[in-house]
Amino acid sequence: MTERPTPPSQSPVHPPSEPEVAPAAASTEHSMIAARPAPVARHGVTGWLRSRLFSTPLNSVVSLITLAVLVWALSPLVQWALIDADWIGTTREACTGEGACWVFISARFETIVYGFYPETERYRVDITLALLVATIAWLMIPRLPAKRWVVIFALVGFPVIAWLLLLGGHFGLPAVPTREWGGLMLTLTVAIVGIVGSLPLGVILALGRRSQMPLVRSLSVVFIEFWRGVPLITVLFMASVMLPLFVPSEVEFDKLLRALIGIMFFWSAYMAEVVRGGLQAIPRGQEEAAKALGLGYWRRMGLIILPQALKLVIPGIVNTFIALFKDTSLVLIIGLFDLLAIIRAGLTDTNWLGFATEGYVFAALMFWIFCFGMSRYSQYIERRLHTGH
Amino acid sequence: MSTPPIERTPLWRRPAFRALIIQALLLAGLAALIAMMIGNALTNLEARGITTGFDFLGERAGFSIPQTLIDYSGDSSYARTFVVGLLNTLLVSGLGILAATLIGFAVGIARLSPNWLLARLAAAFVETFRNIPLLVQILFWYFAVLQALPSPRQSMSLLEAFFLNVRGLIVPAPVPEPGFGLTQLALVVAILAVVALGIYARRLQQRTGKALPVYWLGSALIIGLPLLVFVASGIPLAWDVPSLKGFNFSGGITVIPELMALWLALSIYTASFIAEIVRSGIQSVPKGQIEASRAIGLPGNITLRKVVIPQAMRVIVPQLTSQYLNLIKNSSLATAIGYPDLVAVFAGTSLNQTGQAIEIIAMTMAVYLTISLVVSALMNVYNARTLLKER
Amino acid sequence: MSAQAATTADSNTPMIEIDGLNKWYGDFHVLRDIDLTVQPGERIVVCGPSGSGKSTLIRCINHLEEHQQGRITVGGVHMTQDVKRIEQIRRHVGMVFQHFNLFPHLSVLDNCCIAQTWVQKKPRREAEATAMEFLERVQIADQAHKYPGQLSGGQQQRVAIARALCLRPEVMLFDEPTSALDPEMIKEVLDVMIELAREGMTMLCVTHEMGFAKTVADRVIFMDQGQIIEQAPPQEFFNNPRSERTQLFLSQILGH
Repeated sequence: MTERPTPPSQSPVHPPSEPEVAPAAASTEHSMIAARPAPVARHGVTGWLRSRLFSTPLNSVVSLITLAVLVWALSPLVQWALIDADWIGTTREACTGEGACWVFISARFETIVYGFYPETERYRVDITLALLVATIAWLMIPRLPAKRWVVIFALVGFPVIAWLLLLGGHFGLPAVPTREWGGLMLTLTVAIVGIVGSLPLGVILALGRRSQMPLVRSLSVVFIEFWRGVPLITVLFMASVMLPLFVPSEVEFDKLLRALIGIMFFWSAYMAEVVRGGLQAIPRGQEEAAKALGLGYWRRMGLIILPQALKLVIPGIVNTFIALFKDTSLVLIIGLFDLLAIIRAGLTDTNWLGFATEGYVFAALMFWIFCFGMSRYSQYIERRLHTGH
Repeated sequence: MSTPPIERTPLWRRPAFRALIIQALLLAGLAALIAMMIGNALTNLEARGITTGFDFLGERAGFSIPQTLIDYSGDSSYARTFVVGLLNTLLVSGLGILAATLIGFAVGIARLSPNWLLARLAAAFVETFRNIPLLVQILFWYFAVLQALPSPRQSMSLLEAFFLNVRGLIVPAPVPEPGFGLTQLALVVAILAVVALGIYARRLQQRTGKALPVYWLGSALIIGLPLLVFVASGIPLAWDVPSLKGFNFSGGITVIPELMALWLALSIYTASFIAEIVRSGIQSVPKGQIEASRAIGLPGNITLRKVVIPQAMRVIVPQLTSQYLNLIKNSSLATAIGYPDLVAVFAGTSLNQTGQAIEIIAMTMAVYLTISLVVSALMNVYNARTLLKER
Repeated sequence: MSAQAATTADSNTPMIEIDGLNKWYGDFHVLRDIDLTVQPGERIVVCGPSGSGKSTLIRCINHLEEHQQGRITVGGVHMTQDVKRIEQIRRHVGMVFQHFNLFPHLSVLDNCCIAQTWVQKKPRREAEATAMEFLERVQIADQAHKYPGQLSGGQQQRVAIARALCLRPEVMLFDEPTSALDPEMIKEVLDVMIELAREGMTMLCVTHEMGFAKTVADRVIFMDQGQIIEQAPPQEFFNNPRSERTQLFLSQILGH
């Protein structure tokens, strides 16, 4: 808007000479009406309650019923889980109260985190975990630089380090076979291998599905639709009973490794569909412009299309991670001892019978914290993407 | 005049040739992999003394199943085991889809309520249940809730007809007496009449503009007519009320706790996803659509029925279908608590007994794959039909 | 058109009467002490800078926005919270939106028939006949069986006008009907509006098309910061604006 001088001939004050068309037209520029507060209280606690909860009779009734349901459901829960609960102790004898006995959890907390990992070697798990937390924190804080290198480290460097460190058997580290892995540590291992493996595979499948080559395209489609069409359990069964049949009998095939391969294939199909959504959202002009600059296929994809497409579907990728994370609990069915399986095993301990509720509530809480955290992060990213960049 | 010589591109620089080579290599690699896998499988199977093929399906299964929708005993064949498992999968999936849809729509609509408290409560429901693994929820309902119920002798009972205990929920079973067929017939007639009424009401409105209260008339017809016939024919229905005999109940229908736990968990878990789909579907209808509808004088219920719902459903239905498919696939978690679904009885017990891993896993996967592909195909038809016409 | 306009009791009753209208969005005071009377057959153009409350004002007239203070009377019906009464008012008031708001899942014909079917309860044949009559008027009858997404913006806006006219309203409200259109399509919509004005329809238009205002308006209203600053016949309004704000506004939109 340019500042324009008002026409000099016009005098701002005008005599009210001509009869008004409507009676209300008496206003002139000097009588600006000042803003007034709204008549009904629309601010403060009363205004908030009135507008959100008690605006109409029906609304008030709904509010009261909801409140009643809330009190009816929550008060016994709080009573059981917090007020009447036992927190301190190491044995079953500490469970004296009416409510939950969290001693059941605290007594076996180490096992829940490390599984059967030898006690003297647990520092290796701690180091890996610290490295993981640092890497993720670096990626999640927008201000920190060199994101690209950290991503490459997360996808390549970290898995190698973690594998060497956890499995051992070299550099003077005693070997810890995977059947001794368990608990939260195993859950995180399965989740991270699943994530790190399924993302690149998913990208390749997504590109394959859009390929000009009919064979590549149809193979990708068949691969994707097959894994998406069957339940993960059957995939895990397949990995545990069918896969050993397909390799020479001399080859010792680790049970965890078999499950990981199944999980990776399964989720790469879902990841491929998420990535495909991103690829479709990139305007055709981008690829044409890249072609016009003389870039070959892999350069076009790697430098122009994929960076944009992947950024667009970060929320979708995170949502797939959440689903993957929740489904790591299924490895219990083929006899691996993840977080849930360890807790379940604890329930059959003859010293600790009858704590199923505490056990499953705790497992639910652990998973919930991870998944809720990730879903909040995905929503935050979505908002950030929406507001430009 | 001589034509300029045609410049010959070397073969390996032509894109078409490159594509051909890449695909040929891919095919060769794939063939080699498959050949190797088959070779290994044959050697391994031979070493274990397992004969390949589907002959095992005719053999005697020899184990019992706690819930069968068709006749089944230990003498039945593995083929029959397969059918029993499949039917149990379909039963829990059908029940789950029904409940998840009802809960999901209710919670999704509640999330959009102008009432702050109700909307928050619905949001809390969604955030709680969709962020806890389904398997944890199944185990929780089964081991922490249903296994903690009292023994049959101390059953919780309602009206001395419904009993809830650690063995499950026992409800009276209806026993039709002669003459009940009339009521069933009346129900069929009522359904046909409602369809006819719908067609007639539509024609009437097209011709004269008069709108009949179809929903009221239809409901009255479908409930009233069978009820009238039922009472008029002398209430020809007896109830087989369960009663405690020794340590267990006899009579009535028993809903096994495995089914209850799986049904509860599947319904609630899937409902939390459906609620989000419903919410975003309704919110995807632009505000201007509702304003325009109100501006041409359409009252609230017509705005909802003719403007909001048709547009929201276009967004909701495809996602809803994929949730239904997820629910069917997730019902395979039945294995964890021993509900006798397809995976538990066929890919579980039968596989362990016969060792026919390849055949059994392939058959099981084929079932789920068929369901998925059929539903996806139907979905594509739906999407093509509801696609908005654009320039 | 003029025949419909005369159906209200007698020509002395104002078509729209707004008295001391105040509206707040939360703490923000959007409409301040608005008084406005519109006589049957009158054509009024409302203009003003963005955020001045002009759209909000006309959206209050058919209760798309709720006001907190003041009286609104439309065609002799006093506006209250009563849903039935609001629907009654809406049947007498047609509205055309900036973004057309046609129903994308219904054909052009069905867009025009839906209110006749469900509000006026007309037989289908009669509703279609009325719809075709008005589609003819806005010269788009040949597209009746297409869907909104298949039409250009100008065509869609003409359909939107026809859809509103099908209920034979006594007042038409236009909320920036041409500001979402490409320049070459503005004329086809304005032509329809001018035609409508010539037939004697009572019209209230929020628009920046000053040419349109000069051609058809009986009165131009200038709004700023939620109040009516100035109102005058177009001749006087454009040649002799009294307030400094009006002058500034006019110089900005006419000066280029």
